[in-house]
Amino acid sequence: MKAALSFNKKAAALLVAGILFMLIGAYRGEIAVVFQKAIIICLECIGIG
Amino acid sequence: MAKVSLKKNKIRRAWVQSGFTVLTNSHASGFLQGKIYTGPAKAVCVPGLNCYSCPGALGSCPVGSLQAVLGSREFSMSFYVLGFLAAAGALVGRLVCGWLCPFGLVQDILHKIPFVRKYTKMRADRVLRWLKYAILAVFVIALPVWISDVTGMGDPWYCKYICPSGTLMAGWPLLAANASLRRAAGALFAWKSAILIAVLLLSISIYRPFCRWACPLGAIYGLMNRASFYRLELDRDTCIDCGRCEAACKLGIPVLTDQNSADCIRCGDCTNACPTGALHSSLDALLAQKRPDTSHGQTHKSQSSD
Repeated sequence: MKAALSFNKKAAALLVAGILFMLIGAYRGEIAVVFQKAIIICLECIGIG
Repeated sequence: MAKVSLKKNKIRRAWVQSGFTVLTNSHASGFLQGKIYTGPAKAVCVPGLNCYSCPGALGSCPVGSLQAVLGSREFSMSFYVLGFLAAAGALVGRLVCGWLCPFGLVQDILHKIPFVRKYTKMRADRVLRWLKYAILAVFVIALPVWISDVTGMGDPWYCKYICPSGTLMAGWPLLAANASLRRAAGALFAWKSAILIAVLLLSISIYRPFCRWACPLGAIYGLMNRASFYRLELDRDTCIDCGRCEAACKLGIPVLTDQNSADCIRCGDCTNACPTGALHSSLDALLAQKRPDTSHGQTHKSQSSD
């Protein structure tokens, strides 16, 4: 299980990049767009719009 | 996750899937009133394909959120949603599909219906597995970005024309509880309902047809299966080539040669079917290291698929 127990650099890099992207997105105001879309019934999503 | 029997793993997974579905869709009054939750948690994505217009949903679907941002006037790229997907994928990859997705749970339940022939390997399977990448590229990314209306907004093409999870979790419950929405339903609703019914019927004979062939969220997580912290490892020294892992896999994945396939939803059936513990997850290895007396092949050299 040497491979499993060794530090996974690819996963760590992906995780750091993911967190960084989320912070950038929050800074750009993307969370507000997601929130605004999510609190109104999405007519397209339910097959009406 | 310590190694358990195949049956115990199925029970444990069903509990986790049900618990997570209830937890993230616990706005119960929404189902009765035909309304959706509008609290601050809606700004946060949930990992699975869970429509934000589901009356019970507390969070947002990442695929819907991605299209919402890509189709907005302000942005043509979503760092927030892609960052969330990268972080979730880096931690567990498609384990999300196997253990946390509500639509996956629905397909799992339907596949338990007895007295119907079950298909694992099909002739068109290899080709159809590419469909989810085409759906991701065209319906989730390209069309919402490139085609916009007079106000500069793009439609959520995937949600609008394909997503059966949205129809099941949001469309049907909302129309059942809301007369004005029922009156507005037309050809598009019939089309989406037809897709949903086809997926539900296929699920009885084929394990997870939607996840296998058409889910864009699974396509994204699958790309990270080979890189994630949670991954499968095969210890070639202790593997006896009995083939039980491949026989246990209902998705028909060649586990012996490709343990971290992009199509693997990490249900755990293969690792729990392994009689020697040669096939194990990185979490099994970590737990075995902490309990040296219960380890399986700890001193042997492991081989991962990438």
